[in-house]
Amino acid sequence: MADILSPSAWLLALVQALLFPALAPLLAGWVRKVRARLQNRRGASVFQPYRELRKLLLKEARVAHTASPLFRAAPYVVFVATWLAAATVPLLTIDLPTAVVADIIVLAGLLALARVFLALAGMDVGTAFGGMGASREMMISALAEPAMLMAVFTLAMTAHSTNLGSVIAHHLGDAFVLRPSYLFAFAGLTLVALAETGRIPVDNPTTHLELTMVHEAMVLEYSGRHLALMEWAAQIKLLLYGVLVANIFFPWGVASDPAPASLAMGLAAVVLKLAVLGGALAAAETVLAKMRLFRVPAFLNLALLLALLGLLSHVILEVGA
Amino acid sequence: MSRFDWLSEFLARLDHDRPIPRQADADVLAPARRLDLAAEDWGAAGRIAAAMGLRHAGVWADPLGDRPSESPQESGSEIEGSAIRVQACLERDGDYLILQTLVLQTRPVLDSHTPLFPGVDRLERHARDLTGVRFHGHPDERRWTRHQAWSTDDFPLRTDFPIEGRSTRRTPADVDYPFARIQGSGVYEIPVGPVHAGIIEPGHFRFQAAGEDVLSLEERLGYVHRGIEKLAVGRDPQGLMRLAARVSGDSTVAYAWAAAQAMERAAGCAPPPRAMSLRALLAERERIANHLGDIGAICNDVGFAFAHVQCARLREQWQRRSAALFGHRLMMDTLLPGGVAHDLSETDFRELRLDHAALQKAIAPLFDIIDDHPSLDDRLIGTGILAQADARALGCTGYVGKASGLAFDVRRDSPYAPYDQVRVEVPEETAGDVAARVRVRMKEVRASLWMLDRLLDALPEGEIAAPFPSPQQGAMGLGLIEGWRGEILCVVRFAAEGRIARYFPRDPSWFTWPALERLIHGNIVPDFPVCNKSVNGSYAGVDL
Repeated sequence: MADILSPSAWLLALVQALLFPALAPLLAGWVRKVRARLQNRRGASVFQPYRELRKLLLKEARVAHTASPLFRAAPYVVFVATWLAAATVPLLTIDLPTAVVADIIVLAGLLALARVFLALAGMDVGTAFGGMGASREMMISALAEPAMLMAVFTLAMTAHSTNLGSVIAHHLGDAFVLRPSYLFAFAGLTLVALAETGRIPVDNPTTHLELTMVHEAMVLEYSGRHLALMEWAAQIKLLLYGVLVANIFFPWGVASDPAPASLAMGLAAVVLKLAVLGGALAAAETVLAKMRLFRVPAFLNLALLLALLGLLSHVILEVGA
Repeated sequence: MSRFDWLSEFLARLDHDRPIPRQADADVLAPARRLDLAAEDWGAAGRIAAAMGLRHAGVWADPLGDRPSESPQESGSEIEGSAIRVQACLERDGDYLILQTLVLQTRPVLDSHTPLFPGVDRLERHARDLTGVRFHGHPDERRWTRHQAWSTDDFPLRTDFPIEGRSTRRTPADVDYPFARIQGSGVYEIPVGPVHAGIIEPGHFRFQAAGEDVLSLEERLGYVHRGIEKLAVGRDPQGLMRLAARVSGDSTVAYAWAAAQAMERAAGCAPPPRAMSLRALLAERERIANHLGDIGAICNDVGFAFAHVQCARLREQWQRRSAALFGHRLMMDTLLPGGVAHDLSETDFRELRLDHAALQKAIAPLFDIIDDHPSLDDRLIGTGILAQADARALGCTGYVGKASGLAFDVRRDSPYAPYDQVRVEVPEETAGDVAARVRVRMKEVRASLWMLDRLLDALPEGEIAAPFPSPQQGAMGLGLIEGWRGEILCVVRFAAEGRIARYFPRDPSWFTWPALERLIHGNIVPDFPVCNKSVNGSYAGVDL
C-alpha cells in the first residue's frame, strides 16, 4: 500500500487524476468513430469531442431568467464530484494514496452527489423537459445504484476490502482463476454502466427528441462553459465506468509499483482495454434500439439479480474453497 | 360493380328528408358528381352521408365576391349580393360526390358536419377563419388557422381583402390559445414546440400527462401559414403550378400534379400519354424517397441509428439521381400545365433501370432487418395503435389508413392516367400500430419500384406537353392524386382571362393529425416522437 504521506505518490495520483479529464473526450470520440464505421459512415475524427468542448468553452453562457444560483453552481459541482470520483479509480497503478482515503462507497457517494445536483439543475429552470429528465434519471439511478454496489461487494468479499486498489491487487495476485462470482458481477456491472452513462439501450446520447431524453433533458437549458462542463463530466463518467470494468475484471497490466516502465505499461494496457470496451459498446449500440422507458427497471433488476447471483455464488462456491 | 351505385340511394334519402328536385351533374367537376343543395339541406346531407358510411373528404369555402353570376350555373339562383360557395367532398368505393351550396356573406351560417365527421373539425374552422362561414353546431369555437396576424372580423379569402395583406407589422405571439386542460393530482402539462430541437416543421403539442402516461394530446398548428389560397388568386396557370409545388415541399410532385389535373379538367386539356407516364414516374420516385426517409427516421426515433443511416444513404443516392435527371432533388417544378418539363433519353432509361435494380437489391436485406429485429419490434409493435373505427371516422387515407385496415388508394380505386394501365398493389395491414405503418411503407416502396419498371417498359412515344388552352371564366376543376401521404384533393376555379380565382389544396394530413391525437392514448410520453414520425403529418400542407 502506498505511503499516504509520500509526495511522489501524491504527484502520481495528481497525474492520474488529470489523465481522466484529458482522456475522457478521446474515449467518447472513439466510441462515436466506431459507431460511425459500423453504420458505414466515415464519422468525425476521434478528436472531435475536444473541439466541441473547446467551442463550448469559448462560447457565451446564457442562463434562463428563472434560474437560481444553484443552476450556475451545478455544472462545477457535477464536474468536480465526477472528477473526484474518477480520481479514486486506479487507472495506471494501484499504488495510490487517493485509493487509501476513498473506497468504492465514497466513489458511489461522489457520483450520487453529482447526480443530485444534475437533477436539481434540471428542475431549477422550471421547464417541463428538465423535470421529466430529472424524474427519469432518479428512477434509473435508484435502481442502478444498489445493483452497482452489490456487484462491487461481490468483489470486495473476495478481497476482504472495499478499497479498489486492494481488490485489484488481490485479483492480480491471484493466479488467473475463472470465478463464477466475477462473471456474474461483471455482467451486472456492465449493465449498470450502460444505464449510468446514459447509453443505448437505456438512453440515447445523440437524440434530438426532447420527450425521449434522460440525461440530455436535464442539460437542455445549459450553454457555453456550463454545457461544456456537463458534457465533460458525462465523458469522464463514461471513462470512469470503462476503467472500473476494465481494471477490476481484467486487471492485467495495472502497475503495482510506481516505476516509470510499469506505469507506461499500465497506460498502454488500459488504453488497449478501453479501446476494446469502447468498440464493444459501439457494436452494442449499433445492433440495439433504445428500450421503452418502462423496460429499464426490468433491465436494471436483471443487473441486480446478476450481482446478487454473483454474491451468492461467492458465498456458496468460493468461501473456504 | 356499377359506378355510383350509392348515389341514387343518397338522393332518395335526401328527397325523403325534403322533397325538392335535385340532380347530380356529372360534367363540371368530373370525375366527381356535383350536387347543388339549398343551405338548409347541408346538415341533412351530412347526416345521410354519415348513415350511409361515406367518407368525408373535406370541406372548403369559396367567396364569390360581388358577382355571383360569374359562374353561369348560379345565374338563375335567388342569391343576391356577395355570396360564399361552400363545397364538401364525399367518397365511397372510389366515387366522389361534391356537395355545394351558397350562403350570403352577410349571414354565412351552415350546419356543421363535424359532429358526425370529426375529421372535418379543423377544415370547418379553417374555412371560418378565412372566409367567415360559421358552422352551426360545431363543437369547437376556437380559432384554428388564425393566430394573431389578422383580426377576428377580417376574412382574408374574401374578395375585399387585399392580396398583399392589411398590415406589414410583425405578427404578435400567439399566446392566449385556450388549450383543453386536465386537472387532478399529479397531472401536469408538457408544452412542446413550436420550435423543436431537431430540424422539423413548427407545430405545438400540448400534453396532459400523469407520470409518463399521456392523458391527452392537443395539437396547435398554423405556424407556417403562408396564405397559399390567397396567393393563388390572380395567378396564371404556370404561376399556380409554381405555387402548388410549394404547398408542402416533400409532396411537391403530387401537389403540382393535383393542381395540373384540376386545371386541365377545367380547361378541357388532355396532356399527351408520355407526359402522364412521366408524371407517374416522378410521383413514384417521390413516394419512394419519402418512404425511405420515413422508415429510417422512425428507426432513429427509437435509437436504432443503423437503419436510419442506411435509409438516408439510399434516399440521398435516389435524390441525386432526381437532381441529375430532373434538375431538382425533390423534383420541384418538373410539371407544367398540360405536360411535364423534362423528357428522358435512352441513356437516362438505362440509368434508371440500373438504379431501380440497385435499390431493390439494397432494400432486401435492410427491410428484412427492420421487419424482424427483436429490439426494434419491442418498440414498434403495439405502439400507437389507431383503431380501424377511428381511422374510418376521421377519414384517414394513405399509409395511416392502410395500416389500420382501410385499403383505399386513389390510384386503384379512382384511377387516373396512367394508373388505369398499371396494376397498383395496395398494401393493407390491420394492426394499426407503428410497426404496421412501417410495413405499409416498406411494401409501398417495393410496389412503387416494381411499378417504375412497368412505367418505363410501357412509356409511350410522343410529345411531353400539350398547349394549355385558356379556360372559360368560372370553369372549375377537381384534382385527385394519391400523394405519398395519401389522397390529395385540390379544387381550382378560374376567373376571367385564365386567371385563378380560387385554389384549395386539401392535404391528407387534415385527417391524420387528429388521428395522432387519438392513437397516442395509452402510450407514454417518450413514445410520442416515434408515433408522430410514423404518422408524419405535413405541417405546411394543413397550415396553407
